Amino acid sequence: MALELAKRGHPVYLAGRDQEELARTASDLQLRSGAPVWVGEFDAGRPDLHSVYFEEARVACGKIEGVVLAFGYLGDQGRAEQEPDEARRIMEANYNGAVSILLVAANYLEAEGAGWIVALGSVSGDRGRQSNYIYGSAKAGTAVFLQGLRSRLFKSGVHVMTVKPGPVDTGMTFGMEGLPLLAQPDAVSRAILNALDKRQDVVYVPWPWRLIMAVLRAVPEKLFKRTSI
Amino acid sequence: MTPERADGLAVKRLEGLSGWGRHPLAACSAVRPERHRDLLAVQGPRLARGRGRSYGDAALRSDGTVVLTERLDRFLEFDETTGILRAESGATLKDVIDAFLPQGWFLPVTPGTQYCSLGGCLAADVHGKNHHRAGTFSAHVAGCGLVLASGERVVCGPEERPELYWATAGGMGLTGIIDEVALRLQRVESAYLKVKHQKAPDLATAVRLLSDPAHDATYTVAWIDCLATGSSLGRGVFMAGEHAAQHEVSLRFGNPKSCKPKRQKRLPFDLPAWALNPVTVRLFNSAYYAAQGSKGTFVSRYDSFFYPLDGVLDWNRLYGKRGFVQYQYVLPTAVAEEGTAEILGRLSHSKRASFLAVLKRFGPQGPGMLSFPMEGLTLALDIPVSPGLFELLDELDGIVMKLGGRVYLAKDSRTGREVFKAGYPRLEEFLAIRRSVDPEGLFSSDLARRLGI
Repeated sequence: MALELAKRGHPVYLAGRDQEELARTASDLQLRSGAPVWVGEFDAGRPDLHSVYFEEARVACGKIEGVVLAFGYLGDQGRAEQEPDEARRIMEANYNGAVSILLVAANYLEAEGAGWIVALGSVSGDRGRQSNYIYGSAKAGTAVFLQGLRSRLFKSGVHVMTVKPGPVDTGMTFGMEGLPLLAQPDAVSRAILNALDKRQDVVYVPWPWRLIMAVLRAVPEKLFKRTSI
Repeated sequence: MTPERADGLAVKRLEGLSGWGRHPLAACSAVRPERHRDLLAVQGPRLARGRGRSYGDAALRSDGTVVLTERLDRFLEFDETTGILRAESGATLKDVIDAFLPQGWFLPVTPGTQYCSLGGCLAADVHGKNHHRAGTFSAHVAGCGLVLASGERVVCGPEERPELYWATAGGMGLTGIIDEVALRLQRVESAYLKVKHQKAPDLATAVRLLSDPAHDATYTVAWIDCLATGSSLGRGVFMAGEHAAQHEVSLRFGNPKSCKPKRQKRLPFDLPAWALNPVTVRLFNSAYYAAQGSKGTFVSRYDSFFYPLDGVLDWNRLYGKRGFVQYQYVLPTAVAEEGTAEILGRLSHSKRASFLAVLKRFGPQGPGMLSFPMEGLTLALDIPVSPGLFELLDELDGIVMKLGGRVYLAKDSRTGREVFKAGYPRLEEFLAIRRSVDPEGLFSSDLARRLGI
């Protein structure tokens, strides 16, 4: 995603926890694109510092045109059902963390009167399923949050796009069996940027997930609870 | 869920993993580090696998873990004064070309595909059409990072820990996992080459063209028609290339330092095994000989010249489900021509269809202990797997061994220990260094076990 943005000539600020890895990625982006790249701190689990992180980014870049939110924690559903701590981690990383940093970003962009926010959610937020409903419910909460944020920022000319990727071939899914339509990260990134160009509100990548989830959502609860999906 | 590992990495079972030749297949467990620190954490019996472009069983490990390096493909540093690019080992040659050719830099040495990883290129110490002048890949590497069996990471190169470096270059991944490569790129003026094709009506002419200083060029190679017999035995097309200067590239090509990406073709299915048979290949070869041999001098895009097969992304499916075997040997200069004539005679007599046969003159041998190239002639063949093939290749092995040559490990899937040991006299030296860095033998491969390395 960052590479695709940098290749289009956007200066990029990479924020995350692992500074060493980020530095490696930053040199890569710079050498492949020629665009300026900075790195900085961000930890979704430290909402108390989110405004500080954001300010650091703003100072480094001068001006922020858009924000891509791409963190998540899949966790272990089985364990989360037994250990409240694991459930809390899933909720905090995927919901609390997202809401907290997005509010900081929203306030900044609203004041600027322009910009965009791209937030990566998941198709799992579209319907609660027994296999990952804790993760799914956090993603669903974020999706509703983004709907509201979209309406709020529309008036200020800030575009909010919700991305719902199906399973992507990353470290999170490596080794899992029976994942349907496993998408490659670079293809997903390009699809997201194309959708952003068109100012879409909610985008499924790859696109067949829109149909699949429409069907899944349409199954009545009475029936759905009897399935093993 | 995936089984738990001590290093916490998720494991994927790959049931039919193979090299690019699709033969042999092996069931392997793989991990895929997404971060550099994950690569350092991998424990246990293991083997690095880059992009899977070696042909046989060099990147297979059925009794341990295959460590996929493909996600560690970042460029870390580029020095414009020296042209040295430091990159993670999973980056491909194509990544390098795409980023640096538009700035006037090209690979110092390139094999016939741009889809292999930098780590793989060093581990197999690959060569290109410029071997007679530029040597192998490892001669252009300033240094590399190597993760040893203990998990310790060291840097080695021609200057630093040279013994470890010359064991690692061509060492087929058996000294550790190469995590970074510092490659010295060469300056070029354009993305094009001036190419000259000439017919060589028989083997002697092909060899003469490859050896004659009057016909020499930076890049030289000859395509050989393996089915030709009698007085045309070994006939082929001699191809010579030089990087084109900016003014030599016609304006109709647009920016001389970049070419429009080619449309990538795919082969959507395996061709049936009978599709490549002596009749179709003979027809192809005759047409190719006539067309390519009379092309004369022309300007070619870099990718058409270096990577003609990359145009079809999965050309290995041409050979059907059974896969194919690449066979590449080198013979020392003194016996190269007669030996090659003998081998071509056996091949054409057996009527086995080899689509691709490439003859090349190598320059002096480099310091890599298990590096393949030595001064002489090398012939690369790919032959579909069919009954009787392995017996024929054993015969060819016999000729190669008798004449003091060797076969190329990156392409091998079947040669025997005796042939291997005879061809690689520095094996003991290599093994001693390997023992010093990996006393428990954690790094191995199906190829290493087969050959007793």
